[in-house]
Amino acid sequence: MRSRRNHELALLAVAAGITAGAYALATLGRTATIPADLLPFFGVVLGLLLIAHLVLRRFAPQADPTILPVVALLNGLGYVFIARLANDIDDAAALPGQQATWTAVGIAAFTATLIFVPRIKVLDKYRYLAALAGLGLLIMPLLPVIGREFNGARIWVSIGPVNFQPGEFAKIALAVFVASYLAEKREILQVARFSIGPFSLPEPKHLAPVMAAWGASLVVMIAEKDLGSSLLIFLLVVVMLWVATARASYLVTGVILFIAGGWAASRRFGHVQDRLDIWLNPFADPDGAGFQPVEASFALANGGLTGTGPGRGEPFLIPEVETDFIFAAIGEELGLVGSVGILVAFVVMVTSGLRIAIGTRDDFGKLLAAALSGLIGIQAFIIIGGVIRVVPLTGITLPFVSYGGSSLVANYVLIALLLRISHDGASRPDIPVSVDDMEQLSDEVLEGAVDE
Amino acid sequence: MNKQIIRLGAGLMVAYLVLFLQLNNIQVFGAEELRQNPSNGRVLIEDFGAPRGEIRAADGTVLARSVEQEDGLFTRQREYPTGELFAEVTGFFSLDAGSDGLEEQWDDELRGEQNELSDGLRELLGGESTTADIETSLSISMQEAARDALGDRRGSVVALDPQSGEVLTMWSWPSYDPNPLSSINSSVATSARQALLADPLNPLLPRTTRELFFPGSTFKIVTAAAALEAGVAELDTPVFETTTSYTPPLTTNPLSNFGDGQCGGTLSDLIRRSCNAGVAQLAVELLGAEALVDTAENFGFGAVPPVGLPNVEASVMPSDFGADLGTTVEVSPDLAAQFDRSFDVPLTDDIPSLAQSAIGQFEVKATPLQMALIAAAVANDGEVPSPSVVSRIIDSEGSVLHQSDLDPWRRAMSRETSLELRDAMVGVVLDGTATGLQMPGLVVGAKTGTAQIGADIESTHAWVIAFAGTDLDRPSVAIAVLVEADDAVGEQTGGRVAGPVAREVLSAWQRDQ
Repeated sequence: MRSRRNHELALLAVAAGITAGAYALATLGRTATIPADLLPFFGVVLGLLLIAHLVLRRFAPQADPTILPVVALLNGLGYVFIARLANDIDDAAALPGQQATWTAVGIAAFTATLIFVPRIKVLDKYRYLAALAGLGLLIMPLLPVIGREFNGARIWVSIGPVNFQPGEFAKIALAVFVASYLAEKREILQVARFSIGPFSLPEPKHLAPVMAAWGASLVVMIAEKDLGSSLLIFLLVVVMLWVATARASYLVTGVILFIAGGWAASRRFGHVQDRLDIWLNPFADPDGAGFQPVEASFALANGGLTGTGPGRGEPFLIPEVETDFIFAAIGEELGLVGSVGILVAFVVMVTSGLRIAIGTRDDFGKLLAAALSGLIGIQAFIIIGGVIRVVPLTGITLPFVSYGGSSLVANYVLIALLLRISHDGASRPDIPVSVDDMEQLSDEVLEGAVDE
Repeated sequence: MNKQIIRLGAGLMVAYLVLFLQLNNIQVFGAEELRQNPSNGRVLIEDFGAPRGEIRAADGTVLARSVEQEDGLFTRQREYPTGELFAEVTGFFSLDAGSDGLEEQWDDELRGEQNELSDGLRELLGGESTTADIETSLSISMQEAARDALGDRRGSVVALDPQSGEVLTMWSWPSYDPNPLSSINSSVATSARQALLADPLNPLLPRTTRELFFPGSTFKIVTAAAALEAGVAELDTPVFETTTSYTPPLTTNPLSNFGDGQCGGTLSDLIRRSCNAGVAQLAVELLGAEALVDTAENFGFGAVPPVGLPNVEASVMPSDFGADLGTTVEVSPDLAAQFDRSFDVPLTDDIPSLAQSAIGQFEVKATPLQMALIAAAVANDGEVPSPSVVSRIIDSEGSVLHQSDLDPWRRAMSRETSLELRDAMVGVVLDGTATGLQMPGLVVGAKTGTAQIGADIESTHAWVIAFAGTDLDRPSVAIAVLVEADDAVGEQTGGRVAGPVAREVLSAWQRDQ
C-alpha cells in the first residue's frame, strides 16, 4: 500500500505546482504585487505540506491519498490570495506571515492528532468528555472577561495574547460525541414509539440529543449571533441522526425545528431579519446593507470565465475579503475556472471522506468519517452559497482557504481524524490476506453498502 | 448506513451543483448586467485607471498626461504638469465629479473608444485599444504672458489666429489647479472640489467661453459693420454732431459720452474716440434694429462657437425693441441735411434700448471668445474663422482622428467693410483710445470698451479687442482682453486697464514668431 503515499506525493506536486504558478502570476500582477519578503513564507507553507505527507507515511501509511493534496491546493491557493490581498487592504501586512505560522501550528496539530489517536476507536471512550468539551467550547465566547465580540458576532475568546474561535473546535468535539452516541443508540432510535400526524418518532428521551443540538444551535444563533455555525452544528446532528437511523422523519422534524427557530429568531432579533432581507434583495441597498454580497457579485462578474489574472482584479473592494469572502477574490482573479476549481476540490474532499466512511466497518468510525466529511462539505457550501447569494450570508470561514488560525488548525485536526479512520479501514490487522478472504472482505463491503 | 452516506453524498452533490449553476449565472451569463450595474465601482475604477491620451500645447509641452502608478486602487493618475495655467482648456478628470474642458469634450478619443468596431476587433486579436493624443494650438509663452499681465484681477484673455481660427491663448483668472481635483485619492479630490465650489470667485468657471459680459464699446465695431454693410454711413461721411449726449426718441434720459465728454465727427472718429452719442444716433436714426441684429448674428451672436470645448455659451443679441408704433424715427435735421435720401427706421416703443444695444449695453452680452472672433473677422476679410483649441487628434497608430476646421465659421461682413473697419481700428491705436497698443514692428488695430454693469454702479468692465500683424493686409493674431468690474477698483477704462494686458500677450506672440 506504499503506492498510496506515492500517489499522494505526485498529487501534492501537482497542487504545489498550481499554487506556485498562481503565486508567481500574482507577483507579476499590475495592480497588486506580492512583496518579495513573503516568498520565504510561501516556501514554508509548501514545505509544511511536504512534512504532513511524511507524517502520513510514518503514522497512517494506508490513508486515502487524495485528501492531503486537495488540502494542499486549498491552503496554498488561500495563502497566495491572502499574500496578494495583504498589500491592498489596510492593516493586513502581517496576515501572510500569520497564516504561514498558523499553517505550521495546523500541521503540528495534524501530526499530534495522528500520533495521539493511533486508532480511531480510542476516541469512542471519551464520548461524554467530547460532548462536554463541545458544549463548553460553544458557550466559551459568552463567558465574561475572556469572551470577545468582533464585527457583531460574539464568537471569540481571548486568553492572554491568544485569540481564537472555540466554535471551530467545538464542531469536531460534537462530531465525535454524535458519532459515538449514535453508534451505540442507533438501533433504539430506529424504533418509532409514537406518532404525530404523518411522523412517527422514537421515545422523547432518545430525542434528547436532537433537542440538545437544537437548543445549542439556537444559543449560538441568538447569543453569539453566529448564524453559520448555528446552522452547521444543527445540520450535523440532524444529518447524522438520519444517516444512523435511516429515518427521514428526523430530517423533516429537524428542518421544521430549525425553520421554526430561525423564524422566531428573525422576529425577535434584528440581525437575523437583516440577513434574510439582504439575501432576498441585496440590490435594494447596494451601498449599505447589501454592500458585501453585491460587491462579491461584482467581483465574480468582473472575473468572468477566465478571471482578471492574479493581482490584476480589485477584490479588496469587498469588506472581509480575506476571511469570509476569499472565494469571491479567487473567483474574480481566476475566473469561473478558479471558482469551479475550488468547488471541485471540496467535492473531491467530501467524496473521499464519504468513501472512507463507506469503507469503514466499525459504526463509530463510519459515522465519524461521514460526520467530518459532512462538516467540511456543509461548511464550504454555507459560506460559498452565502457569497454567491444561494443561501443567506453567514460569516463562517471557507475551510483551509480563508485567513484564520482557529479555522485552519481545527480543520487540520479534522482531516487528521479522517485520514486516521481511512488508515484504520484500509489496514485492519485482523484481515487475512488469502484470495478467499479478500472475496469475503469484498462481500462484507458490499453487504455494508446495503446495510440499513 | 452506507445507503444514507451515499444519499448524503448525493445530496451534497446536488447542493454543489446549485453553487455551480449560480456561479455560471454570476460569472458568465449575468456578468454583463452586473458590470453595467450603476453601483458597480469596478467599472469606474477601471475607467479611471485606463490608458488615456495626452493633451499637448503647440510646442509639444504636455498639458495633461496619465502616469502609471506603482500600486493602489488605480493603475494611472491623471497629471497636469502646467497646473492652473491651462485648466481653462484642459479641464479636469475627476473620479466622482465628472470632467470638464477637453477632457470632457474629447473623452472618447482620449480613452480610445472612438471606433468601437475596430477596437473590439483589435481587443479580440489581443491588442489594446488605442488612445489618442490631443495637439492643441495653445502657446505656452502667450498663456504665461496673459496670466502674468492679468495677475490677480478677475478677467479673461483669448487670442487666436484670425485666418485659421486656432486658439493661441485662453486664460481666465481665477483659475484652478486640476491636479488635486483629478486625484486618485478621493478625499483629496473631494476637499479640493468643495473648496473650489465654496470660493465666491468661482474658479471652476471657464470665463472665456462660459460667462457672458456686457461688451460695451467694443460692440461698436458690430454697429459700425452693420452701418457700412447697410450703406447708411461710410467712414468719412456723414459727420455726427459733436455733443456730450444723445437723447433717443420716446425718452428724456440722455445717453452720455464717456465722462460726459464732447465727442462727434465721422464714423471713423466715432470709433477712434468711442463716442456713445454718435453711435447711438447712427443706430436709432439711420440703421434700425433689424440690420443691427442681423449683423450681430452674422458675427456669431446667438450661436455657439465650435471651439471644441463643452458647454460653450452663445453670446446674446436682443432683437425685441418693443411694438412697432407705425411711424418712422425722425432723423435729426443736421444729419438729415447731409443726405438726399430718407432712412425710415421704424419707431418701436422701446427704441431707447436699441440706442443702448448699439454701444454694447442693455441686453447685449458676449463671451470673451466671441469678442475675439469679432476682431478676427475684421482681420480676416470679413469671415469669422472656426475657432478651435484642438489642432489635431492623433491616435497611437498615427491616424488623424480630428483636425481643426480651416473653413470659416461664418461671414460677418463683406471684405470691403472689413478693410474699412481695419483702418478705423488702426486709427484707434494711432490716435484714439488705445494708443498704448502702438508696438514697434507691428501694425495693431484695436477697439476699447468700458462697460457699465449697472445704472448706479461706478465699477466697469474694461475691454479691448485687437488684431495685429506685420502686414495690415493679413493680420496674424486677434485678441480680446476683459478685466472684469471690481467694486474695490471702481471705474476702469479699456485702454488704460485692458490695453496693457493685450500688449503683453501680443509681445509674447511677437517673440514667438
